[in-house]
Amino acid sequence: MIRLEKRPTPSRFWTLATPLLAVILTMIAGGLLFAFLGKDPLEAIRTIFWDPLFHPQFASYSRPQLLVKAGPLILIAIGLSLGFRAGIWNIGAEGQYIIGAICGAGVALAFYPLEAWYVFPLMVIAGALGGWAWAMIPALLKTRFRTNEILVSLLLVYVAEELLASMALGLMRNPAGGGFPGSRNLQQYPAAANGELIAGTGMHWGVAAAFIAVILAYVLLNRHMLGFHIRLTGQSPRAARFAGVRPNALILICLGTSGALAGLAGLFEVAGPAGQISIDFNQGYGFTAIIVAFLGRLHPVGILLAGLLMGLTYIGGDLAQFMLGLPAAAIQAFQGMLLFFLLGVDVLTNYRIRIGRTEAA
Amino acid sequence: MTTLLTIEGLTKAYPGVVANSDVSFAIAEGEVHALLGENGAGKSTLVKMIYGLVKPDSGRMILHGHPYEPAEPRAARAAGVAMVFQHFSLFDALNVAENISLGMESPPPRRQLAARIREVSDAYGLPLDPDRTVGELSAGERQRVEIIRCLLQDPKLLIMDEPTSVLTPQEVEILFRTLRKLSSEGTAILYISHKLEEIRTLCDSATILRRGKVVDSCNPREKSAAELAELMVGSKLQTPSRPGATPGEIVLDVAGLSVRSASAFGTSLRDVTFTVRAGEILGIGGVAGNGQDELLAALSGEAQARAGSIRLRGTPIGALGPNQRRRIAILAAPEERLGHAAAPDMSLTENALLTGAIREGLTTRGFLKWPAARAFAERVITAFDVRTPGPANAARSLSGGNLQKFVIGREVLQRPEVLVVNQPTWGVDAAAAAAIRQALLDLAENGAAVVVISQDLDELMEISDRFAALNEGRLSPPRPARGLTMEEIGLMMGGAHDMETPHVDA
Repeated sequence: MIRLEKRPTPSRFWTLATPLLAVILTMIAGGLLFAFLGKDPLEAIRTIFWDPLFHPQFASYSRPQLLVKAGPLILIAIGLSLGFRAGIWNIGAEGQYIIGAICGAGVALAFYPLEAWYVFPLMVIAGALGGWAWAMIPALLKTRFRTNEILVSLLLVYVAEELLASMALGLMRNPAGGGFPGSRNLQQYPAAANGELIAGTGMHWGVAAAFIAVILAYVLLNRHMLGFHIRLTGQSPRAARFAGVRPNALILICLGTSGALAGLAGLFEVAGPAGQISIDFNQGYGFTAIIVAFLGRLHPVGILLAGLLMGLTYIGGDLAQFMLGLPAAAIQAFQGMLLFFLLGVDVLTNYRIRIGRTEAA
Repeated sequence: MTTLLTIEGLTKAYPGVVANSDVSFAIAEGEVHALLGENGAGKSTLVKMIYGLVKPDSGRMILHGHPYEPAEPRAARAAGVAMVFQHFSLFDALNVAENISLGMESPPPRRQLAARIREVSDAYGLPLDPDRTVGELSAGERQRVEIIRCLLQDPKLLIMDEPTSVLTPQEVEILFRTLRKLSSEGTAILYISHKLEEIRTLCDSATILRRGKVVDSCNPREKSAAELAELMVGSKLQTPSRPGATPGEIVLDVAGLSVRSASAFGTSLRDVTFTVRAGEILGIGGVAGNGQDELLAALSGEAQARAGSIRLRGTPIGALGPNQRRRIAILAAPEERLGHAAAPDMSLTENALLTGAIREGLTTRGFLKWPAARAFAERVITAFDVRTPGPANAARSLSGGNLQKFVIGREVLQRPEVLVVNQPTWGVDAAAAAAIRQALLDLAENGAAVVVISQDLDELMEISDRFAALNEGRLSPPRPARGLTMEEIGLMMGGAHDMETPHVDA
């Protein structure tokens, strides 16, 4: 009989080992999935994890993409992790990301074609504020009326998507675009463009912001009272109240921060890699970031690594579609497996497995 | 008397600690057998092995002359062993009969079960209405649900873990009458308690455990409480002492304090009025669930009250939050150690930070000073003899008594002017309890106003200057503790709840 026995203190070894174990299990199960699809599993795994970085022909294109994809994931996941640590579940980062992008792009388009140094900083502020404001809706509803932030933030994603479509087709449509949907391309507007900071690396302002967010989140959680209160609230809400934490204030702070970071990610994306407000410029980063946050154990450094790994599966997935003809859905299933296995093996952190005989009394 | 259960050489080791080492004793049919020992002496591990929750590493048990190796509680129950736990496992929203039927292997139809419940509760003098919702019951009544749940199985051995900690003196009387009747019918009772006087009145024999080993067995009626305590601790027990100090000016003034309970099954405070002077200990008794948690929350600042209903030296403070109160030296230690007073998965250092940040200066502009926090945790560990490998250990890895010493020590070392504690020695061994009480007395001696909320009346009588009781959210007018009889105290606590006609034919 297999039994689970609670550990007196969480295992440090398994805290670090479970993400690796989850990656390995995902590779095995994913390999099986690809085998059933009639592909060589080893080749598929190699195409996803190895070729994007080291393939002689494609690596020069796909390697910079790693930071481009990982940047927004990390930036959003860091914000989400603060709330998740406190038991505040912002599931609607995708919506905040879209609104941030719309607000930032809106500023750019309003100033077009003015060339001034302050255009880009204003866009950054607008992006953050947009995401923050969108996240304040579930936050205020929760603090005022005790609504469930999971449902409200999630449903607001679909509202944001409708708003995005209307912007791309209406208000923000490129007047010189011949009636096609989509805004002006911000990459062609130097004052607003979020270009590569170091050529050939994929490094843009959003990636820099993500790295800064990692460092700030680390300091906040480990060295600051607010971070301590966030962790305390997540672990024992009653003890947190005893320690003087005001739960409503914490809800506003956590949802606000995660919204602002998601908004920033949206702005950097629309001004950089995506280039324009279009119906589908958002790539589901806001949802994937949830996986990244958990894969990184809600720890800033873990999220950094998890974001890079998840970015890799994005690029590798594209490559596998292109080279092996794997369906996009298979890639998404593969990414979902990662979260599934992570949550599954998570139990090892707090429990140890005992294998013993069953005995009749 | 024939032997019911023989225990031979039971040993159980956990990583780093031997909980039971070569424990042997026997229980006869109809015997009331006490299991005495400090916290961490191995009492709970031992009864868990008897009840099938833990498997011994070695040794054996013999029940009715047959080897007895329960693999799980279900097997133990089938063999006639039942247990009433210290913590009740009842659903507040369900009624008595539903709760009882949930714990049964093959529950009979509801109406038949209700009839059985009435029958058993009448026979043993434990009146209980099967249709009442458990959330509305007093702690004493909830315990009756648990006891009747056991009695329905017709047990040969009934294990009771600290059963009287939630009862009024009158309710204790009734419980003892029930237990004596059970014992006269041949049911053996294994009774775990640290209340020595109770053991002396109730039990026929006692096995004393210390650090996992049986150190002695005796007839508790032939020993004095002090002798029993010495056997248990292994050295002479320091009973708390206090020089008679004259109380100073009024520090804490609570007048007309009414607070709605935050929980649906909680008890709202109604018009609570009392004062505490500098150097004085006010003891507040009462059966659990009569507003103790709510009173602590109102005094600690977790629950907000009308500003004027609580005053510190005349200044209204009822509307201040916990940290604002800490700043003016009003500190508190709630009852629930894990999850309220301390965060279970956090280290002792982090838990020291939990309430100590402000008064111990553990932050600068919001940034944490970890070395200072660690030093504060270490100071608490040393000063209060908290047994743990170090401040990096998680709170939940400590035994109840050690964590309680940490929680009380953390507040006492912050030099409070007013200290409010709820159940300071609940589930704590005799030596640790004595140390905690002494610390509270010393604190009062040095001029602090101390409010001790407790269900342990002996404790309150030992340390309080004045005594009041909470009953359904109302506080009786405080009276000088000296000279109060148990009878008077029981009446202040509301007498026996719904027990107007207790009768047992024994």
